[in-house]
Order: sequence, then structure tokens, then C-alpha cells
Amino acid sequence: MAALSPAAAVPRRGGVARTDDAAAVVVRGLSAGYLSLIVLLPLAALLWTSTRGGIGAVWQTITIPTVLGALELTVGVSAIVVIINAVFGTLIAWVLVRDSFRGKSAVNALIDLPFALPTIVAGLTLLALYGPSSPVHVNVAYTRMGIALALLFVTLPFVTRAVQPVLIALDRDMEEAAAVLGAGSLAIFRRIVLPNLGPALLAGAGLSFARALGEFGAVTLIAGNNPLRGTQVMSLVIFGDIQGYQFSSAAALSFILLALSLAVLLVFGRLSRALSGHHDR
Amino acid sequence: MAITVQGVSKRFGDFQALDKVSIEVEDGSLTSILGPSGSGKSTLLRVVSGLEHPDQGRVLIFGEDMTHLPPQKRGVGFVFQHYAAFKHMTVWENVAFGLKVRRRPKREIQTKVAELLELVQLGGLAERYPGQLSGGQRQRMGLARALAVEPKVLLLDEPFGALDARVRQELRTWLRRLHDEVHVTTVLVTHDQEEAMEISDCVVVMNHGRIEQSGEPRRLYDHPDSEFVMSFLGYANRIGDSLVRPHDIRIHLQPGADALAATVRRVVFLGFEVRAELEIPEGQTVRVQLTRSQAAELSLAPGQTIYVDLAHSRRFPEEREAAA
Repeated sequence: MAALSPAAAVPRRGGVARTDDAAAVVVRGLSAGYLSLIVLLPLAALLWTSTRGGIGAVWQTITIPTVLGALELTVGVSAIVVIINAVFGTLIAWVLVRDSFRGKSAVNALIDLPFALPTIVAGLTLLALYGPSSPVHVNVAYTRMGIALALLFVTLPFVTRAVQPVLIALDRDMEEAAAVLGAGSLAIFRRIVLPNLGPALLAGAGLSFARALGEFGAVTLIAGNNPLRGTQVMSLVIFGDIQGYQFSSAAALSFILLALSLAVLLVFGRLSRALSGHHDR
Repeated sequence: MAITVQGVSKRFGDFQALDKVSIEVEDGSLTSILGPSGSGKSTLLRVVSGLEHPDQGRVLIFGEDMTHLPPQKRGVGFVFQHYAAFKHMTVWENVAFGLKVRRRPKREIQTKVAELLELVQLGGLAERYPGQLSGGQRQRMGLARALAVEPKVLLLDEPFGALDARVRQELRTWLRRLHDEVHVTTVLVTHDQEEAMEISDCVVVMNHGRIEQSGEPRRLYDHPDSEFVMSFLGYANRIGDSLVRPHDIRIHLQPGADALAATVRRVVFLGFEVRAELEIPEGQTVRVQLTRSQAAELSLAPGQTIYVDLAHSRRFPEEREAAA
């Protein structure tokens, strides 16, 4: 009978839950309203504008060769940027968490700088070193390499900042246990550390992918916006359309970019959850 | 000797964790290292495993000098207080880990893991993740994982420390039975004297990074070398500068030579055992343990004046602290 006694507390807890419900409704309403005003309604308006001419019109816009080229370039460069980010972002996080050296906190603060800087300044910063008047004679202006560099600069924090807290919280005992069982440092990293970082790594990679797809400010200076050079990314095409008063085309392209970003976020989020789902308790 | 530790010292900053420690662990035995927290017992175990490097001294396992070998090459099994379960792997994968790293044939791994899971009674839970197991189950998995690579010695660092009392008691008994089956030399670190007394062939008592005394549990209990050992292993009343166990105090109803007058404060019946709290003239409380029949004979009642005979009390020479 003693085992049943906790059940007696349930009705009382139910009462508490009801007042909680009222508060929950208010909080939920507030956040839903805010989200709608700031994000959902503008998106819906964009969707409405871009499809006013029918899905056929959107399709027509995509199949223009320059647009198709820009789309390929955008996705391609972003993918490469994400892979580099995943590797170096993790590496930087590792050094920041596991290593100890003078000036570590300064380096740690530096990671967030690309977030704080206006992206146009980011472009300018890169051109100062790797531009036409480069002091080290490396000129990436108006090249795809330049675009990749700009995207790497602005997406640097995503993976590092996603991985860092997980690495801090990672149970060192696991690595010691693996070592005693005979695993070398490489095996420990591959079989123990990496799988535990996986979900955070994917989440950070997804964010940096989505950001890279849509980046404008940092790229615009470096890429030079010339379709003939093959350095025109989607955001630049959209900007060109707006400058040429082709608003429906701009809206259609925006819609595509939006759909792409959303798809990337969903896929990476899914993967991340699938990885963590079974053991995250 | 399965394990020989010679003159091992280890400092962490200002803290002397181990101070010229030497021990020998006999092949096939179950030895406990017992001590309060901060006594250096875990550090000693980690030095033996290679997870910690000594500043000084040597570690030999079956005669082979292991002092400078990494943990990977020592052939030891290690069980952690907080399980150190590989969270992202199933129970089966956890146990198979050491064998996979050693690139053993698949078939061998299959049989070995199945065998071990039976041994630790987790046969039905092979596909679960550690997060879905209870603490006791996780620790049994940790034990199977350590045993999978057939270690020369098995090292357990407070293996039951994170478990609740009932499970701890169960696992303790189970570990002793397992040890009698598997016969691998086992060293267990614990701060629980009852645990050490109950399951080990040999107990090593540590304090302040040094060995206080080692030997069979019973010998340590009956013939402690120091005040520390006497009061750490079981309870001891301190009266003046001598120590006496609660069950070594004789109670008389009449005054006699060398008997101290005392007043009964409290009498507690615990089935077979009866505990009494007495107050001696200096206002000190003394705990006495009696059997049920002894208590019945004396018919102790609170407020009663009795006489205690402390003939079995012990005195120890000045603490060795000064000598060190």
C-alpha cells in the first residue's frame, strides 16, 4: 500500500498544473505573436509576392542560365565552406577547451568577432590582406576562392561555438576508460569524442550552411558581382534584380534561397537529433 | 606478486597525494585500499593503471616494470566510480570495445561478449544504451567491459560509491562471488570500511598519502598498529588517551578494581544486538555493544549506575606524524 501513496499527491499536483497552464498560454501566445510579426508574416508576404505569377514563373526564373549558374556556385561554395568549418571549427574548439596557453581568453573572444563585425567590414578586412593591393601578394578579389574566404570568415563561430560547450561537458572518464582498454589517441578521438560531438557539430554545420547560402555583405565586395567571371552568388543576383526593378524575379529567387536554407536546417537538425536521440539522457 | 609498487610519490601542486608508498598485491587476491577521501587511495590506483604518472618510484605488474608504459600497454582493467560508460554505444558495443580496438576476429568478439554479458547478468539488455540502465546495471556493464580484454589485474575505483545502500550491498556480495569464479587479481579502492572488511582477502589502510597498515581484515581489526587504523576500521571509544571497542567493554553492577563508574543514558534494542550509551564522570559518552542475553542479565535501565571495565582498551604510541 505504501507504494501507492504517491498517487495521493496527484490531484494536488493537478491543481498546480492548472495555474501553470494559464501562464503557459500567455507565454505561448506572446512568443507566437512575436514570431509571427517578425518572421512568419514577412515570409508569408514574400511567398505571396514570389508566386503571384504562378509556380511556372518561378520555374522560368530558375532556369535562366545565369541564375542556374549562381545557384550551383552558391550551393557548391557553401558546401565546401561547411566541410572546412566542420574540421577547423572542431579543431579550434578542441584547442580552446583542452589546451592551456597564454592569451586563451583573448583568442576565445576573437571567435565571436565575425558575428560582431558588420559583414561589409568583413569583406573590406579580407580585401586589405588578400585584395588587389595585398601586402603578401595574394589576390583573391573577384574569384570563387575569394567568395569561399569571405564565407569562411563570417561563418567561423557557428561550429566552434556549438561544439565548445559539449566538449567542456564531455566526461573525461570515457576517454580514460577507452585508453585503459587499449585505444590510442586517434581511436579515442574517432570512436569516443567525435560521436559525442556529432549532434552539436551537425547543428553548427547546419547553421553555417544556411548562413553561407544567403550571405551578401561579406561577399559583395570580394565577388565583384560579374556573371561573366562566374563569381555571382544568389544573393548578388537578387540584389541585381532589385536594382534593375525586377521585383518579381527577385522575390522568386528569394523564395528559392529561403526554401534551400530551410531544407538545409531541417536536414541537419534531423541528422543531429537522430545522432543524439538514442543516448542523450 | 601480481602488483608491486615501490616507493611511489606523487604531488599535485602543493598537495602530496602519495608519499613513498610501497605495496605488494598477491596473485589472485582481492585487495582493498581503504582510506578517507584525500588519503591518496585513488591516486595510487591510477598510478598502477598508468592514468597517472608517479613523480618517483616504480610500478611492476607480474614482475614487469610498467612505470613508463601508457595505460594502453599495461594489460589492466579499470572500473570507474561514475561508470564512464560510452554513452553513444549499446551495452554490447561497450563490452566489445576493447576487443574491437585489438582487432580480434568477429566471431571471437561475439562469443566473448555474449559470455561476459551472461556473467554480469545483462544478457537481455545487450541492445540497450547506458542511459537506459540503472546504476547497478551500468557498473556491471563497466565490469564486463574491463574483463573483456582479459586483464592481468582488475582495478576498481570506488565502484559502488555512486549507488544506493541496498544495491551497493548486493553488488558487493556479487563481486566477491564473481572474483571467486574468475580469479583475476583485483584491487578495490573504497572509503567504506565495512565493504573492505566484507569482501577482501587483504586490506591496505591509507592516510595522508601513506600506508598506515596492511593485512588480513581480521588482523587489522584485532591488532591495529595505530590509532588511525583502530578508529577507521570499526568504531572505537576514546577514553583519556586509550581507545576501546564498544564490544570490548565489560559491564559490572558492583564496583571493582579498575572499574569506572558510569551512568546509563540510553538503551537501544536492535534485535540480537543491544547498544547502550553510558556517561562517565568526565561527562563523556561511551558506546557499548552487548548481546541480547548479556543485556537481559544486567537489565540495564536509563539513570542506573554501573561500573565499566576497560581492561581491553588500547593505547598507541604518539602519532607517527611527528616521526615522518
